[in-house]
Amino acid sequence: MRAIIEGSRAIALAVKAARPNVVAAYPITPQTHIVEDISQLIADGDLDAQYVKVESEHSAMSVCLGASATGARTYTATTSQGLALMHEVLFNAAGMRLPIVMTVANRALSAPLSIWNDHQDSISERDSGWIQIYAEDNTEASDLTIQAYRIAEDSRIQVPVMVCMDGYTLTHTYEPVELLEQDLVDDFLPPYRPADFLNVNDPKSFGMFADPNYYTEFRYQNHRALEAAKAVIPQISSEFGEVFDRDYGGLIEEYRCDDAEYVLIAMGSVVGTLKDTVDDLRDDGVRAGAIKLRSYRPFPVDEIRSALAGLEAVGILDKNISLGFEGALFTDVKASLYHDDNAPKAFGFIAGLGGRDIPKRMFVKMFDCIREDKKISNSGFFDLNTQILDFQEV
Amino acid sequence: MQAQEAERPIDLLASGHRACAGCGAALTIQAILRATGANVFVANSTGCMEIISSQYPQSAWKVPWIHSLFENAAAVASGIEVALKALGRDDEGKVVVIAGDGGTVDIGMQAISGMLERGHDVCYICYDNEAYMNTGNQRSGSTPFDASTTTSPFGKKSFGNDRPKKNMPAIAAAHGIAYVATTSVGYPRDLAKKVQKGIAVRGPAYLQIHAPCNVGWGFDSAKTIEIARLAVETGLWMMYEIVDGELVNVMKVPRQQPVEEYLKQQRRFAHLFKMPGGEAQIKLIQDAANYNLERYKAVSPVGTREIQT
Repeated sequence: MRAIIEGSRAIALAVKAARPNVVAAYPITPQTHIVEDISQLIADGDLDAQYVKVESEHSAMSVCLGASATGARTYTATTSQGLALMHEVLFNAAGMRLPIVMTVANRALSAPLSIWNDHQDSISERDSGWIQIYAEDNTEASDLTIQAYRIAEDSRIQVPVMVCMDGYTLTHTYEPVELLEQDLVDDFLPPYRPADFLNVNDPKSFGMFADPNYYTEFRYQNHRALEAAKAVIPQISSEFGEVFDRDYGGLIEEYRCDDAEYVLIAMGSVVGTLKDTVDDLRDDGVRAGAIKLRSYRPFPVDEIRSALAGLEAVGILDKNISLGFEGALFTDVKASLYHDDNAPKAFGFIAGLGGRDIPKRMFVKMFDCIREDKKISNSGFFDLNTQILDFQEV
Repeated sequence: MQAQEAERPIDLLASGHRACAGCGAALTIQAILRATGANVFVANSTGCMEIISSQYPQSAWKVPWIHSLFENAAAVASGIEVALKALGRDDEGKVVVIAGDGGTVDIGMQAISGMLERGHDVCYICYDNEAYMNTGNQRSGSTPFDASTTTSPFGKKSFGNDRPKKNMPAIAAAHGIAYVATTSVGYPRDLAKKVQKGIAVRGPAYLQIHAPCNVGWGFDSAKTIEIARLAVETGLWMMYEIVDGELVNVMKVPRQQPVEEYLKQQRRFAHLFKMPGGEAQIKLIQDAANYNLERYKAVSPVGTREIQT
């Protein structure tokens, strides 16, 4: 069934359909509508869950951690500074292999303070051991929420998952959303039954310390779990497709790439604009294509290599920057291509920081750069307004 | 022999853990678990007790136990408690936090306040050894006045820690919780009674247990209990309960010992007996002890009961 609802509402309804036992959250813009809607669902008796109104995001994740270790299905949502405050708990939850699911309403990091969208918050948690999947629209974000529990709770994986959706652009936008039927969700997502959990009948110790004889092996297993997710994510996506008739493919989605010469890679809601741009360029006879990167961690090295094989050039859009180097995706894509003799030339674009819009003409300009092999100035900052800067680039 | 074996309580903290000889905190944990029994979930903050008991692949814990981070044990415990409720398992056992003074009065303060304010059915127990012992005796908010630690050392211009202990029990009580108590590893029966009260309360309870650290404080490992008792007998550690906001059951001190008796046995105060001006500092500590006894009305009239053991 399709309904025109706000993105945050779609997520709240998806969370309800997933039947979590424990929700713990702390309010932060633009995540608030999600947790407000969940609170209302609980207040109205539509969702039977314990909701812990914690005093910080650090505690939100810690409550989820304790609850998950006790055998509960858990949920939280946050963004930006809140995600940054969770930082140490994120690593801890992943290392303890707890299948927590979290929505990240992507937002820029301070300073300067910005409540608007980019991907700096989740990209900065790249190495936390969480699976990160980015949604293009609200139906995908909603569907991913259900899939995220299947992925996280899969005995081959057992790591937490963050579903990343652009703050405001998705969270606060009303658009048609395919709603999830409860009976289908119940078939697709059985109750969480972990093999190991805190209980007095079979007491176990969680969160022990490991000396140098063991630490590496814990890290290795955690890494292998994320690598295993490369096969599990597409498998669960396809299972979801069979039940709900919506399959998003796997780790990446290729859009008109079959005979493309020039391809742009991006993540999140801006991919919609990118696809429209590709259509326009195709109308003009340009063999353009787009790749939507869905899974940022694990990073789909093989899929990227195979999708880019034989191309002239590829552009990578980053709504983040590793200050002092370059956009994070740009680095990863280039690293993926390092062993290929005929790798396409790669161009890195940084744009859309702190909520700056990326219109179609910007993507056209990016394709122009790629096609004409232009030098990218301003350290890759592609939508820089040099007029408000009081210095000239050296 | 068999009769003795039968009377011996089951140790839920297995022997063979890595605590130092004479460790007051390890004795405290053992005493806590004897009081709680096996139906308990322990959330342990990072610290000495976590480190000595949980080196993979060996655990000393015979109860369900979790350690996450330093400052979040209260939040982790909140999560366990709501999960048990949500899963209909809330009769399975009580959730207990075991955390040191650094994890409690300093870095864990926010999470504790949240847990107490939200009314979780959790008994929070702080073992107070008065400094960051796991990292090598650095000063915490619970370090007493004039104690020399590695970050509050005595020197030409310092008598050691220049602040008194943070009054964490009063802060906990200010949350309007039903049960707050202080006790000491030197008084195991009092400790057991208060742990049992703490876990019997429905809702949050806060206990702070004075647990001398012979390594950090610098005294003979055989004297842990003696030092613990001297802290009480001098008036430097008060034992009381705050039930529904009312201060009750203050342990009386019938024959107050001079603070020197306590201070002189510990390396952390040794400088006070050698430095110029040290005598005046000891006087300040004596004044604080006297004030404690007066404030908590712990001076017992002649003929009242002795300190119970």
